[in-house]
Order: sequence, then structure tokens, then C-alpha cells
Amino acid sequence: MALEFISPEGLRLDGRRPAEIRQLRANLGVIDKADGSATFEMGNTKVIAAVYGPHEVQNRSQQLLDQALVKCEYSMANFSTGDRRRKQKGDRRSVEISLVIRQSMEAAIMTHLLPRTQIDIFVHVLQADGGTRSACINAASLALADAGIPMRDIVASCASGYLNNTPLLDLNYLEDSGGGPDVTIALLPKLDKITLLQMDAKLPLEMFEKVFELGNKGCVAIANYMRNVLLENTKDLAFARGVVKV
Amino acid sequence: MEDVSSRGLHFQLSDSQRNRLRKSRELLREAPGNYHPSAFVNIADPIHVENEATVLKGHGTQVLDGQLLATLSGVVERVDQLVTVKPLRCRYNAETGDVVVGRITEVGTKRWKVDINFRQDVHLMLSAVNLPGGIQRRRTVIDELNMRSLFEENDLISAEVQSVHSDGSVHLHTRSLKYGKLTNGQLVKVPPYLVKRLKQHFHNLKSCAVDMIIGCNGYIWICAAVDSLPSNPEIEKITGDSGAPEMDSCNESISLKVRENICRLANSIRVLSALGFLIYPDTIIDTFDASISKGVAIKDMLGAEFLVMIAEREASRRTKNNYML
Repeated sequence: MALEFISPEGLRLDGRRPAEIRQLRANLGVIDKADGSATFEMGNTKVIAAVYGPHEVQNRSQQLLDQALVKCEYSMANFSTGDRRRKQKGDRRSVEISLVIRQSMEAAIMTHLLPRTQIDIFVHVLQADGGTRSACINAASLALADAGIPMRDIVASCASGYLNNTPLLDLNYLEDSGGGPDVTIALLPKLDKITLLQMDAKLPLEMFEKVFELGNKGCVAIANYMRNVLLENTKDLAFARGVVKV
Repeated sequence: MEDVSSRGLHFQLSDSQRNRLRKSRELLREAPGNYHPSAFVNIADPIHVENEATVLKGHGTQVLDGQLLATLSGVVERVDQLVTVKPLRCRYNAETGDVVVGRITEVGTKRWKVDINFRQDVHLMLSAVNLPGGIQRRRTVIDELNMRSLFEENDLISAEVQSVHSDGSVHLHTRSLKYGKLTNGQLVKVPPYLVKRLKQHFHNLKSCAVDMIIGCNGYIWICAAVDSLPSNPEIEKITGDSGAPEMDSCNESISLKVRENICRLANSIRVLSALGFLIYPDTIIDTFDASISKGVAIKDMLGAEFLVMIAEREASRRTKNNYML
């Protein structure tokens, strides 16, 4: 018998309502040596992101004369999943996620303002409980903003799914492995543009639109939270330093 | 548990220390002469301007559907018609005439590449350095071959930004006796936005027998004062007073007292940078003196108690005497 994902009272396995995101938590400036860094938590999923750059291009043959080179590396800590296992770097999954994160961040960064430079984004999953892809994009977005890299808009990402004939927002690991479709969206909320849309299952079109709409709303909610964190961080830095006339 | 630890250093704060730190941060928020809350913008926030058409759009702004938006999270600055957004944390932005401290990353043909925390490595041309001996002459092929005898990879140098070109490249020069290779000291890196721009970036702290170069790029060099070192008459005779001193990579022996002073100054800077306070000679020496008068050991300066103490000092100083920078 299939697992009951929604109780008769309309609550999910972890007690959320179908259109509710998990608790969010974000911290900026967690790594000293990085130009920008952030941790981002969505419930039990926790990721850390570090941004180095813009700096000199390491491999000169890759240098771009009209825009910045963006590189991204995704990795998972051995202790991040339920069963401890050693994963080699560069397996298919992490290569794919690195690519996805890079593409969605590149769409937001104003790369044409930083020609002949390189921006490195490193994201590391500390705890995996579903939605690592979204959490990584959110963390990378905050880290880029912390590094003072010009961006068109903040990228916010959220997953949504469809289980027990109900659209669900922000799936956790159990729901993720429930076999239903899983739609990951990354959104530029102010510009109202999608930078990432992924789905790994089939879903009727009318259902897809509902799920997609729900995921969009989740992204907007997450973006609002991220903007608050960023603004508070900016204020903290400015007030500590005081007003300086340069 | 809320994380109130600071950038750069990770402190284990007790509950009371955490409360004290939070309190002094609140005091700093309310300190007179601070930014108006409306000056802060976030990425993609609209910037309020009177007349869209006449305004000059500076760095950190973009126009979308006729609306001026920020592309950085920072503070709006308006100079006449020019509107810019200044980010707080970002890489160093080179400006002509800045004194910088940098590290040689590459020796190339007729030029060194230097890391100064800029978005690219910057150039130091062979023609922009003073050759030992001090004679002005054309740089020959021999000079080019001997470039490594001046600066090698990983050497630290002090220099001045000579020019910033329109394609984004930056050139340095060391055409003065005060610039050149750095030895006998310690480098401390801080975020560039914390360094206050002053007339003077070379400082001689006579009381501690220490020289300090506060690079505009956030690299700070602290070394034993030149006159405190045991002088070598041989070298002085060779170089005389006409030219650059012989670039010598071997470090002199420095007395324990001076070494301690260097470390104490370095830790003062680290504490200030961790708290995000402005770094200039007055604040550094103030922190240095505070650590001595409270009898704090050098290693304990990076501990929680001293950090909280400095935060409280600064908060009371800024709130008390209507303090403006």
C-alpha cells in the first residue's frame, strides 16, 4: 500500500499544510576567507555556499573578453544523508546539479560588467532532506549578494510536487521519494522570470499548471525572506562602520 | 541559538557576553550621525528619484521598464544628478593614487602581475619601478632577465596605483623610495570597505618601534621600524642616499619586544575587522592601548571577552560625544 502523504485532517507527514514551506533560516558571512558566503536552511535541509571572486581567470584559455566566467561546484558531505557513504567528486548527479546552479545564477549575475574575470561558487550540502537543489540556489544567491556582485535580481528557488491528488509545496525527503513528480523552479521575482524549471516525471498539463503556480508562490515567499536577511546584514555592516565620507 | 559571531573570527560567547555584544550593536544602530534607513537598498529595489530622465545612472543601478532599480545590496549615494549604489562588502575598487599592498603572483615579460584584491591581477611594469642604484635609464634586456632579483613570486610589495584603464586593467608603480619589497613584518587582510582613506597611509608608530602600511585595498603591513633594526653599514655604503635600497629578502632579527608589538597591533586590527569597525591609525592604537591597559595577553586579544569589551568601548564612544567621522 502506498504511503499516505496527507492525513485526513489535511496535514502532511511533518505536520505542514500542502501549501506551506518549511522553516527558513539564513546566515551571511560564515566563511572568513571567501568574498561572500551564506548558509541556508529549509527545514532539515542545510547547505553552505561560498563565493570567491570576481578574480583573475585561473585558466587563461577560458577567459572571456566580454563577460565574467562563472564556475560552480556542488558537493555533498558524507554525513549529509541517512546512510553514510563516500561519494566521489564529479559523479553524474553532482555534475548535473552544478550545471543547473551555474546556469540559474548566470542568468541573474550582470556578467557583462565584469569582463576577463572569474567567479567561483562552491555549494556544499551539510544536511540533505529533500530540496537540496533549491536550497543550494538560494544559498548561492545570498553568497553572491554578500560578495557585492551586481545582479539583476535575487534568485529564489523552491520545489513543488503532486502526491495523493494534491499539489504540495517544498517536498521533504520522504515526499520526494514518494514517486510523484517533483518540479523545481528558480525565479527572479521582481523581473518575474524563470531561470530554472525541472521536472522528473509525467504530469497532466492542467495539474502541472497548478503545481507550477504553487512553486512560484513558494519562490516569492522565499525571496521575501532572503531580502529581509540581506537588508538586515547590510544595515548591521553599515551601522558598525558608521558613516564615512570617502 | 542565535549566531552573533562576527566575520573573520569565530568566538565562543557566553550568554552574558552575547547579550552585551547585542546591546552594544543596538547602541551603534541608534548612534547619532548614522545612515538614514531610507538610504539602504536591496537588489532589485526601486531607487526613488525626482526626475527619471535627467538622472545619471551610476554603478549598482539598472533601468527596468523606465524604473531605476538597484543591482547591489548597499547604500544609495547621490552626487548632484548621479545616483550610485555602494555595496559594503566587495572587492577593492582601484583608484589612481591609492597606496596598496600586494603580492606578486607572476613574473612576465617586462611586467609583474600583482594580487591586490582587485577583480583581476594588476600590472607592475618594469619601467614603473626604481632600479637599485637609483639611476634613471632605459630598461635593457639584462634588466628584464634580472627581474626576479627585484621581486619574485609571492613577494609582498607596497605600491601606488598609477592608472586605471577603461578596459578595467590597472597599473601600479613603485617609483618612490617608500614603495618596494616588504620584509620583517606581518600581513593582515581586512575587508577594503573598513579602511578609511587618509592623506597618509604610511605610519611610523615611534612608541612601539613599528611601521605600518595601511593599504587602501585592505591589506595591512606591520613591520619593525627601519630605524629600529641593527643597521648594516656595508649596505648603507653601497646604496648611499641616492637610490633604492638593495632589495633583500632575508629578514633581520627583530627584538622580542618589537615582535610582540607587531603581533599586538595585528590582533587589534583583526578584532576591529571582526566587529566591522572602521580601521585607521587612531582606532588601531586605541585598541592596542586598551589591550595593554587591561593587561590582555596577545593571544587573549582574539578571545570573546576582549571582543565584547572593544564593542562596548566603541558603542559608548560613539553615542556619548555626538561623534562624527
